[in-house]
Amino acid sequence: MIREADDTLTIYERSKPGRRAFVRPELDVPERPLDELLAPELRREEPPRLPEVAEPEIVRHYNRLSKRNFDLDTGFYPLGSCTMKHNPKLHERIAALPGHARMHPLQDPSQAQGALELMWRLQEALGEIAGLPHVSLQPSAGSQGELAGVLLTRAYHEDRGEHRTKVLTPDTAHGTNPATVTMGGYEVVKVVSDAHGNVDLDDLRAKADEDVACLMLTNPSTLGLFETGIEEIERIVHGVGATLYYDGANLNAIMGICRPGDMGFDIVHFNLHKSFTQPHGGGGPGAGPVAVSERIEPFLPRPQVVRRETGEGNGSRDPFYDLDHNRPKSIGRLRGFQGNYGVFVRSYAYIRSLGAPGLREASETAVLNANYLLAKLREHGVAERLPAAYDRLCMHEFVLSGEPMRRELGIKTLDLAKRLLDHGVHPPTVYFPLIVEEALMVEPTETETKETLDRFAEVVAEILREARDDPSVAQNAPHTTPVRRLDEAAAARRPVVRQAM
Amino acid sequence: MADPSYPDDLKYHSEHDWARIDGDSATFGITWYAQDALGEVVFFDPPQVGSQVSKDQAYTEVESVKAVSDVIAPLSGEVTEVNDALGDKPETINEDPYGEGWLVKVKLSDLTEVDSLMDSTEYQATLD
Amino acid sequence: MSRYTSATDDDRREMLAAIGVGSVEELFADIPAGVRLDRPLSGLGEGLSEQEVFEEFRSLGERNVSAEDEVSFLGAGMYDHYVPALIDSIITRSEFLTPYTPYQPEISQGGLQAMFEYQTAISELTGLPVSNASVYEGPSAVAAAGYVAKYSGKGQRFVISRGVHPHSRETLRTHAHAWGMEVVEAPLTGGVTELADLGDDVSAVIVQQPNFLGAVEDLAQLAQAAHDAGALVIAACDPLPLALLKTPGECGVDIVVGEGQSLGNRLDFGGPSFGFFAATEALMRRIPGRIAGETKDVDGKRGFVLTLQTREQHIRREKATSNICTAQALNALAGVIYLSWLGRRGIVELVELMLQRTAYARERLTAVDGVSLLHDRPVVREFALELDAPVQRVIARCRENGINPGYALGRDYPEHENGLLVAITEQRTKADIDRLASVLESAIGAEGRAAGAGAGARA
Repeated sequence: MIREADDTLTIYERSKPGRRAFVRPELDVPERPLDELLAPELRREEPPRLPEVAEPEIVRHYNRLSKRNFDLDTGFYPLGSCTMKHNPKLHERIAALPGHARMHPLQDPSQAQGALELMWRLQEALGEIAGLPHVSLQPSAGSQGELAGVLLTRAYHEDRGEHRTKVLTPDTAHGTNPATVTMGGYEVVKVVSDAHGNVDLDDLRAKADEDVACLMLTNPSTLGLFETGIEEIERIVHGVGATLYYDGANLNAIMGICRPGDMGFDIVHFNLHKSFTQPHGGGGPGAGPVAVSERIEPFLPRPQVVRRETGEGNGSRDPFYDLDHNRPKSIGRLRGFQGNYGVFVRSYAYIRSLGAPGLREASETAVLNANYLLAKLREHGVAERLPAAYDRLCMHEFVLSGEPMRRELGIKTLDLAKRLLDHGVHPPTVYFPLIVEEALMVEPTETETKETLDRFAEVVAEILREARDDPSVAQNAPHTTPVRRLDEAAAARRPVVRQAM
Repeated sequence: MADPSYPDDLKYHSEHDWARIDGDSATFGITWYAQDALGEVVFFDPPQVGSQVSKDQAYTEVESVKAVSDVIAPLSGEVTEVNDALGDKPETINEDPYGEGWLVKVKLSDLTEVDSLMDSTEYQATLD
Repeated sequence: MSRYTSATDDDRREMLAAIGVGSVEELFADIPAGVRLDRPLSGLGEGLSEQEVFEEFRSLGERNVSAEDEVSFLGAGMYDHYVPALIDSIITRSEFLTPYTPYQPEISQGGLQAMFEYQTAISELTGLPVSNASVYEGPSAVAAAGYVAKYSGKGQRFVISRGVHPHSRETLRTHAHAWGMEVVEAPLTGGVTELADLGDDVSAVIVQQPNFLGAVEDLAQLAQAAHDAGALVIAACDPLPLALLKTPGECGVDIVVGEGQSLGNRLDFGGPSFGFFAATEALMRRIPGRIAGETKDVDGKRGFVLTLQTREQHIRREKATSNICTAQALNALAGVIYLSWLGRRGIVELVELMLQRTAYARERLTAVDGVSLLHDRPVVREFALELDAPVQRVIARCRENGINPGYALGRDYPEHENGLLVAITEQRTKADIDRLASVLESAIGAEGRAAGAGAGARA
């Protein structure tokens, strides 16, 4: 009998004593006894039980694993709030150039002028896009950018001798907002949404008091809607002396059209892996720079990339790009070194490729695609079972409620999502925002063609038709994927989080 | 999971907890409705024996795969015993919420509090 | 039509008609006039062709002096190790490069299984049973561990060794301030951490192995002292030396974190890389970040999922164990491929090679006039020297000869004003070390002569 190749074997299960890939470079110095260099009591008794495999098997193992992943380069990925836009191939090529990839982070600034200039130029560009003059690239991800924002807020108030205790977040907020508030040492106070999906201004007025340090807001909101009352929100929040924080998760809707700084926000974080197209890598890396107003600038993380004009630096006539560590009011470091430079290279390349008109066009097309897809779903009759949570023009994404579908067809949003997998489409975000029952959040992005959107609408309509005849097909989906629905409860009850040896 | 049931011999709290009163002690658990809303329970974090619980206040959490729920004390008192068997088999809370799926036993500090709890009929009326 | 979008004029017309509006402009009607930008974004240019962008970024790169351009002994947290070709080949596959976090496990088995394999490797290196799927990077991982201690332990103080990377110490302070926690430094004596009386209000003791000055700490003894005081023990570890050193798990450490760059990731001027985070079973439900777990599907087939998600921000919100969403999945993937490439025997051979060359370099360099050991503790691939000359000027002179001799310690350790930290990866050969010795000798000699000449002129 011929054995089947088992795609679920781990690299450890493919291991066999004596196999190897690594060949050690020559030991070219006089060898000294190990005990002399590292006493036995400092050493481990057994080496780590890493796999023993030759290169061909490693390559084959991971290539086969890769084929068990769905990816953006293969299919439509309308995952709401995640901005799964195309990742230009050029970016990988330039990020891999040795002048960028083999740069040591502690290289003296005089030897890192290209890298520091690139970072400075990216700071300038992001500042212009945000409408805020000062940028720190340091935060490693959106979540760390949020924490930076809360810590900056804290430093700002403390510097004025104020000790505020609360941060407001809307009930539509990403989970990172409240989690960040707690990490930043504040108490979360939730603000409700009104009937149109906007922040409820009366509730905001009632909760905004002198103990409030900040309002964290995503605009467009996680419902994909622009806060029409943004000017009043700004007056209320600043009226009590709090800062206004912009969660940049949805910046892709408004680049070059309007700017957080012009709306009165004091602090903005960017997700370079969303609007500025760093590949998501199956869950990282990303980067979460922050842009701030003048009054917040003194508190930005250390070190800050600065441009020193002629004569200030090394005496040459060119400007000198430097790392400024001398920032006495800084909140300090959020991480090691200067941030995720490899991400900066890609995102700045994106900005250079598109330029001002291209960025605006990207946002316009993102909003056009989202509204078109919503219209197309209506045209197919999908809206009866999957109505938009709020009947308005959307921005770059929209949220549907699967509650009528659940009630009338017996399939949940989760079932619809799983059935989409059988059609080669990555499902939209499900069950978020929390205020929409059976939520389905769709973000097509600007890099998808009209044909792709048309097909998606047809597929959703087809799944609903199918469910009318036989809901069990969706209820038991997916049927064509490498594995089917997995027992997550068992995994959480008795966690197996590493290979048994 | 069994069909909905709300035994007559229990007292109920509006946050979907039950208490089985036995003299000046009681056993607490969550109702069928609560476990059904939560879904498959994957973890129960028992309070310390000897800790105090206060009526209407959370004294522990139960977790499903994608949700965490506070468990509210229907009555006040001191925890005398916790259901350690749930550590290995938290799913018992789904399978037998009024029997093997009990959470804690408590020595009650104020027996008059019992009067504020609902009986089965009253509790079921709140679920409609 | 601009870059990366496809809508033609015809498409746009049809799409607007389907929506029922006359222009793209109308789609933005919800944005109040008062906050609209009435001009194009400035300073961003009009956009460039692919080859123009390539040229611009190539030329920026050429203005950097990278490890390609000089023989570099810089380490201090990131190391110029050889990155094998198979890593590039695998991590640039779109199936690994372009998906999002594996929210839909049925179509993410590749990434989830790789996380599981990664967690296993980290668990093996650290000797602790539970690893997450990675965090941002090293220093913030120290702060993340501090957050776990804050909620698990008691006490209002962190005691952090002065041997912990200065960036980690500063990052912890940044966070601890918001938590209302005090950060106290434990001094280094003879190159290693000295824990004085800890008292009974210490939440966690944080040390580094090997420490920033390269010295191997007696981790078991430090852990014992911390536990005696009722504190949690956090160790920031350099992952490769763990192939030889007694595991932190054996030493009684509760949480091990560290910078993962040296495991198959490039330098990238400091990131992206990954941080690793491993802990005891007791802390499993308190650690931050994604964790992959093994399970079965409805047909009984083996599969992997993200598990223990109730710890995380998207579920527990303000009560979450951390605000982190992502792992550094792609970087961690490079890490597990690298560890598989090295393998069980290879990792020991690699680290022993560095150990031997480092011992040679230490001996060779201290034979140079004006160079002495900053401490004489055992080291693995990095060691600290004291120079009898201004270190910055010595470094500048070495650089003129194509050698970057290492990291000047003075900014972070004023007590070692002319300290130099030298890292010996497997890419630095005996010939490189010999050349460093001779260049260093000339540089110090020249500085000595310059100082002598200066003194003479003044006299």
